[in-house]
Amino acid sequence: MKPARLPAALWLSSGLLLALLYLLPHSAGLFAWLFPEVERPLYTQDSFANLVLAHLLLVLASSLIAVLGGVAAGLLASRPAGREFRPLLDSVLAISQALPPVAVLAIAAPLIGFGEWPALIALVLYGLLPVTQGTLAGLASVPDSVLEVARGLGMGRWRILWQVELPLAAPVLLAGVRTSVVINIGTAAIASTVGARTLGLPIIVGLSGFNTAYVLQGALLVALLAIVADQCFDWLAHRLSPHVGVEH
Amino acid sequence: MTMLELKAVNKFFNGWQAVADVDLQVAAGELAVLIGTSGSGKSTTLKMINRLIEPDSGSIRLAGEDIRSQPPEVLRRRIGYAIQSVGLFPHWTVEQNIAAVPSLLKWPKARIRERVVELLELLHLPAAQYLSRYPHQLSGGQQQRVGVARALAADPEVLLMDEPFGALDPVTRGTLQQELLRIQALSGKTIVLVTHDIDEALLLGQRIVLMDKGRVVQQGSAQDFLLHPASDFVRDFVGQSDVGVRLLGLDTVASRMRPLQPVSGEPIAASATLREALSAFVARRVSSLPVIDAQGQPAGVLHFADLLPVAA
Repeated sequence: MKPARLPAALWLSSGLLLALLYLLPHSAGLFAWLFPEVERPLYTQDSFANLVLAHLLLVLASSLIAVLGGVAAGLLASRPAGREFRPLLDSVLAISQALPPVAVLAIAAPLIGFGEWPALIALVLYGLLPVTQGTLAGLASVPDSVLEVARGLGMGRWRILWQVELPLAAPVLLAGVRTSVVINIGTAAIASTVGARTLGLPIIVGLSGFNTAYVLQGALLVALLAIVADQCFDWLAHRLSPHVGVEH
Repeated sequence: MTMLELKAVNKFFNGWQAVADVDLQVAAGELAVLIGTSGSGKSTTLKMINRLIEPDSGSIRLAGEDIRSQPPEVLRRRIGYAIQSVGLFPHWTVEQNIAAVPSLLKWPKARIRERVVELLELLHLPAAQYLSRYPHQLSGGQQQRVGVARALAADPEVLLMDEPFGALDPVTRGTLQQELLRIQALSGKTIVLVTHDIDEALLLGQRIVLMDKGRVVQQGSAQDFLLHPASDFVRDFVGQSDVGVRLLGLDTVASRMRPLQPVSGEPIAASATLREALSAFVARRVSSLPVIDAQGQPAGVLHFADLLPVAA
């Protein structure tokens, strides 16, 4: 077993994020000096802490749905009974990934109105593919011999799924979830174009008002958030697979 | 007592007959070896015994009871199973792997631990050192030892082994074959083992069952196979030109040696096969060898002419 210590990179990135959240509201002077042409150098319509929370909430909700749906779809398509749905699933996922999130937002907003909902739908659709692919690849990586023995020893189907297939698929599955969540943190910023409250707000307001300071403030926070999430998954992946990599 | 009985068992895969009218009886405590080339139906036959494959017709009885009379999971927990690629659960420790079936059977924790330790000792893996290792920390031979221990864990009525030593190097394979014989002698387990290696079959099998194209071609003892092959196919399979040396492999030096006479030279163990003795004669260019017993004490002498059996 590896010790369950948090790696330095995770400490560093989350420390930076917290420091930035604390310092940004006091940094009007710095941004005024950096961007002297800008009239209001600090985004103040909303507190950055609130935006980070709202951003995280949207990503968490959409990722949760994407993970549940993606894992379920992957499991179904990998069972003998669901194998014939595999080609259909593959093409549906390919289409959902090929649509740029902006296009999904553009289609969804007139249909269901502005706000968080079209954003949620676009993020879920965009997050499904990596999770499903991770699930399918993870399950496919479980050696046939292990499954044969599991059956031969007298394990039932559900027990094999819970105790053998999912734990062994976990590292690859988790890599899919990691991709999905990290992409969604970036994509969620775009959701502000349809009125969702996220860290994209300062970026979009800044872009439309030629305020580079706003853009920089939003972008810094989104980027750090994505890095922190990525580091969290990195740490989780190491914790989940004590049986690989450690040599005696 | 018959432990395992297959009657007129057939299996088709997409219209191709993998197993054809197989009749087979294995007595309690017997080690039966199913041998044949790939595609002969030997593995399919084995897997029908624990219902990993369901036969299309015929009946299979375990200890007198039709194997379809209980759910496959319950049946399988009564039957040990070990395969060539071992299939240890990579995310479980050695202890958890061996405890797999006892845990399914809900044995008390203390009893499981006791059994795991006992099995590790039986297979010469010191428990203190190996209990909490993961499979990737073991050599191929150690993995298969754990695989065999796992198959034996819940004291099954029958042990099924599908080419268990096929992936090991010759030295490790030889050691594990000897250990299997020792374990079988100790526990009196009924074992059905599949192999394509005729030497393994001759060494291990109290009953050898040769299969070809899904059918049983001949069954009997090693002697039967070497002295009375039923057909040219059998003769080819046991290796026509090697029949003599393989016959020598069936007997030990102890069975042919003479009472003590002073002979000089490097001694041979009484437990060695006559095949090894033949090799020693030729390699050392001698016509007689001193024999020592397991304690290393002089036990007798073996002359080259003793290799020929006394005419019956």
